Amino acid sequence: MTDGTTGASSPEAATAKAPAATRRRRPLPLGTTVRLLVLCIGTFVVLTPVFWMLLTSLKEGTDVFVNPPKWFFKPRWQNYKDVVTLVPFQRYFLNTATIVAGVMFGTMLSCSFAAYGFARLRAPGKNTIFLVLMATIMLPSTVTLVPTYIAFNNIGWINTFKPLILPAFFGSAFFIFLFRQFYLGIPRELEDAARIDGAGYLRIWWSIFLPLSRPVLATVTVFTFVAAYNDFFGPVIYLTDDTKWTVSVALSYFQGSPRIGPQMQLTMAATTLAAIPSVVLFLSAQRYFIKGISMSGVNR
Amino acid sequence: MRRREARWAYIFMAPAIIGVLLFSLGPMIASLLLSFTSYDMLSAPQWVGAENFTKLVGDKIFLKSLRVTITYSVVSVPLVMIIGFLLALLLNAKIPAMGFFRSAYYLPTVISGVAVAMVWKWMFNGDYGLINVMLGKIGIDGPPWLTSERYALSALIITSMWGFGGTMLIYLAGLQGVPPELYEAASVDGASRFRQVVHITIPMLSNVTFFNLIMGIIGSLQVFAEPFVLTGGKPNNSTLLLPLYLYQNAFSYLKMGYASAIAWVTFAIIMVLTLLIFRSMPYWVHSEASDDK
Repeated sequence: MTDGTTGASSPEAATAKAPAATRRRRPLPLGTTVRLLVLCIGTFVVLTPVFWMLLTSLKEGTDVFVNPPKWFFKPRWQNYKDVVTLVPFQRYFLNTATIVAGVMFGTMLSCSFAAYGFARLRAPGKNTIFLVLMATIMLPSTVTLVPTYIAFNNIGWINTFKPLILPAFFGSAFFIFLFRQFYLGIPRELEDAARIDGAGYLRIWWSIFLPLSRPVLATVTVFTFVAAYNDFFGPVIYLTDDTKWTVSVALSYFQGSPRIGPQMQLTMAATTLAAIPSVVLFLSAQRYFIKGISMSGVNR
Repeated sequence: MRRREARWAYIFMAPAIIGVLLFSLGPMIASLLLSFTSYDMLSAPQWVGAENFTKLVGDKIFLKSLRVTITYSVVSVPLVMIIGFLLALLLNAKIPAMGFFRSAYYLPTVISGVAVAMVWKWMFNGDYGLINVMLGKIGIDGPPWLTSERYALSALIITSMWGFGGTMLIYLAGLQGVPPELYEAASVDGASRFRQVVHITIPMLSNVTFFNLIMGIIGSLQVFAEPFVLTGGKPNNSTLLLPLYLYQNAFSYLKMGYASAIAWVTFAIIMVLTLLIFRSMPYWVHSEASDDK
């Protein structure tokens, strides 16, 4: 197993750091070692498909369909160039980026805005409205799909990005919930001080609450990015013209496409390219991301 | 002063209220009405009463699709939850390379959708896929996963298990909220690690389990990209999950009324399951009413 090296070095690190860890829960160094070993094996299993994807994406066409598979070979980086030249990949990326940017902007703005109202202002019926909003989390999108499609079709929005972007500007229950939980924890004094200085509600939301909610913003960024970037159902029904396709839609047609055909190494190169943006975003935001989730208090 | 505050409250809540009306409640009512009509988007909808629903009862493909969907959910949701919980337990300690492990386990969830389906389609390739290559190493002749009626659904379930990251993360967040004093007290009393998990962790996280269970069921009844890419519902409709059948009816056969009826049956199943789980709550979900919060 190639994973052996990391498995061997980590337990040593564990014993070195053990004194600090023992203070709280007194785990035996043996326990930590076993834990690490299981985690390493798990990581290996979980990441195998990713490894297989990368491996295939760098093979010669003649080496892909060989059994037993070749494990060592000279990587063929040309595959990535081929994918980008055979299909208009840049266009798919640009289309996807437009949609994702719109969705992210709309979601952040509308959800933090609405959450401020739900968390900080008093109004009759507010709790009922909030309950109805929360209930929509449980509403499966399949129920609303057909009428929504018909409505967008009737106003001539099929084959445009509007049906995919616009709804994001009207909030989304789960993210409103996350922002609201965070806002509830912000001390009153902060708001009162701003009020004395003459700031209105809009100003308080924009210049105090929104900047403070960085962990939530990071969480929502990752969630909305991943959801919008990977969305398949929406683009596949709304975007009919292949110049409008998103990366997901294009990807799903790769194997059958006349230009890519049955060339698995190109399909896997395209899949790798498609996966990179989400992975990069996640890795750069993961520190905030985990914190944002814990602070949201799902367990409360 | 109070009036002014209330007015601003409604202004702030407005996007959410409009959103609910335009994209949830409105379409919901429209969908219910449509399910009693025959509508092909070319001519005006025809009111047909309960015909769509009576047709569904006799529709062999629908019944099969329903069975497939239920099998898929019943197997995949608990598996994903168990894996997510166990990994969260393993990750909830001070260990080296914590960030690396958390990221590694969450990574598949980040990729999700079509990309995941593409990778697994290749993994499951009957002759050259890694799964059968590995099985061959230990002397097992792997089946042609995606083209065999017997194994295609299993392949789909295995694919779904790769998406445990979300569940794991929510469990991890939950674990961080369990007061460490409870474990300290238990270990003073001499309770083993295993007993601590059974008597402290699992009850303390029952509300998280409840959340994951409901979200898992709703999610599993809406899976689309994976079956669409991996099998397209084939062979012999053995992987035709309900959303796929709904898609076919709505967008291939333009039976919008019939598709709406399928949507409402899906919705009814979700509601019944959710209600049952809510009802069962007092028996297994630990209440924190006596706590300081």
